[in-house]
Amino acid sequence: MIQNLVDGVLVGSILSLGAIGLTMAMHMLRFANFSHAELLSIGAYAALVFDGLFGAIHPALAEAIPPLSLTWSLTLALLISMGLTGLSAVAIDRLVFKRVRAKGGELSMVFASFGVAMIIRNILGLIFGLNPKLYSQDIVFAIVVSRDPFLLIKPDQVFTLVAALLIMFILHLVLSRTTFGYSLRAVAENPTLAQVSGINLSRMIVLIWLIGGGLAAAAGVFYGLTNQISPVLGRDLVLPIFAATIVGGIGSIYGAVLGGFLVGLASNLALVILPSGYSPAVPFLIILAVLILRPHGLFGEERT
Amino acid sequence: MIGVISYLVFFATVASILSIAVLGLNLQWGNTGLFNGGVVAFFGAGAYGTLILGGTPQAGQLGGFGLPYLLALIGGMVCAGGVAWIVGLLTIRLRHDYLAIATFGVAVAFETMMRNTNALGGAQGIRGFERPLREALGAGFTYNLVFFGFVLILLIATYLFLERLIKSPFGRLLRAIREDEMAAQSLGKSPSRIRLTSFVAGSVVMGLAGGLYATFYAFISPQDVLPILTFQIWAMLIVGGAGNNKGAVMGTFLIWAAWTASGWALSRFAPLEVQLYTGSIQFVLIGFVIVGMLLWRPQGIFPERLVVSQSARSNK
Repeated sequence: MIQNLVDGVLVGSILSLGAIGLTMAMHMLRFANFSHAELLSIGAYAALVFDGLFGAIHPALAEAIPPLSLTWSLTLALLISMGLTGLSAVAIDRLVFKRVRAKGGELSMVFASFGVAMIIRNILGLIFGLNPKLYSQDIVFAIVVSRDPFLLIKPDQVFTLVAALLIMFILHLVLSRTTFGYSLRAVAENPTLAQVSGINLSRMIVLIWLIGGGLAAAAGVFYGLTNQISPVLGRDLVLPIFAATIVGGIGSIYGAVLGGFLVGLASNLALVILPSGYSPAVPFLIILAVLILRPHGLFGEERT
Repeated sequence: MIGVISYLVFFATVASILSIAVLGLNLQWGNTGLFNGGVVAFFGAGAYGTLILGGTPQAGQLGGFGLPYLLALIGGMVCAGGVAWIVGLLTIRLRHDYLAIATFGVAVAFETMMRNTNALGGAQGIRGFERPLREALGAGFTYNLVFFGFVLILLIATYLFLERLIKSPFGRLLRAIREDEMAAQSLGKSPSRIRLTSFVAGSVVMGLAGGLYATFYAFISPQDVLPILTFQIWAMLIVGGAGNNKGAVMGTFLIWAAWTASGWALSRFAPLEVQLYTGSIQFVLIGFVIVGMLLWRPQGIFPERLVVSQSARSNK
């Protein structure tokens, strides 16, 4: 039970990072982006490539930072991967979403995102193979925090949680203290009025994709660090991330953070009563519960 | 020669069954503008419903009620409609993304449930279904030909029914809501009720397709209700032309032919180490077809014909 709670918080932090970018793009561009979770895969694999590269350039970089299995090269690779994934998100928008948007249909965008997800997922599978990969082959033993109740935690999990919270705190500072943060909120509130006030809408869209992609990459790397990396990573996480945005209310960044933790906790606590085979269905049950109890989420506003 | 013909019959049977599902989606998406991201859930509900109601009893499994075939098929359609009604009731009033996400979710939940619940067949799927008229017709080519005829009749019936429906006042109402919900509402219509009706009706049609599919193979398993099927059915509609029933059927045959042919070509000509990735290559190809269509010909090969109503024409 305690173990499930702790695991839930850890998974929740990863879902939160993914959900922030999704909720921003969904609010701004008004479409459910089914390809957002694939950005996590792109990030995880990009970090894998650069991790290998840096390790080959200088062996000292490939040393693990005790007690973690994380290496210096992976830390560098994470930063590069965040940038690259953000740029990929912008590129995907330029190549596909922007053009579909120009033709009108909001719902065509949803379907285009289905197609994009399918392409990214399978191209990753073709390049890196269908077998799961790991950042480190070393076995890092979990630390027994207490025996009664039994609780195991891996050092990497603690690092992941701290890093995720730090990233979210930085984002919070940016949103609440900078002109960019104000512009972002203005655009979310009323795009037309924001434009009249001299905010460049297309520049804001690019920035949203950059931030969303960067956060997704971090989430992907953290997921790879605590689980494993595989081409179906995006497929497995798309529904939990959507559930997190719906719990928080579409468009609310703080809601997405809270939603991520709630979905992570609920999914892990559900394992106490449900056999683990059913866990992919749990996010759907959460979505249903939210739609019945509070259709616009915890912090969402009514908007059709 | 008989081999080629029997393969063509096999191909046409599957393509016709899928056409029915695509027609159901066309009612939802093409005519009403509802995004159904979980076609397989409704297709699967029809398939499982039909086999559970019409099958013979199996140890440890729900069902085996052995109902007469047509009754079982209708029961499957009712199952699909029931699932659609619940999902629709919760989401149809909200902004459109919710329906897309919830239907996507219901498909994931459906597959998970079928895979893990042994009473519903579990990962092995549901067996023990006697195909109707099996004894009278034998198991060979004659049976397949007769079954193809049966599917074709149902496809034509579905097609004619939907054509009539979209030409009726109800069909005009659907398009009115799709184009401008507020305007329809101001004329005293209830958009959410009409959309729910259309959503359930389309899902019932998908359930029929699922029931026929399960009958054809006398078997259904979670492997048959993977998300890729939703995607294929969408691809068929988009390529054929959303809003046009003829396009929907043509698109189905076209995409299904391309899918089968690419699978065959890859297994025939690709080197052995590539064959493991046949699925991935096909998925990438179909992904590009979709994105390409949306970018360069979003109206499909057979675009929707926009009709001007008679009264509007006489006013000119």
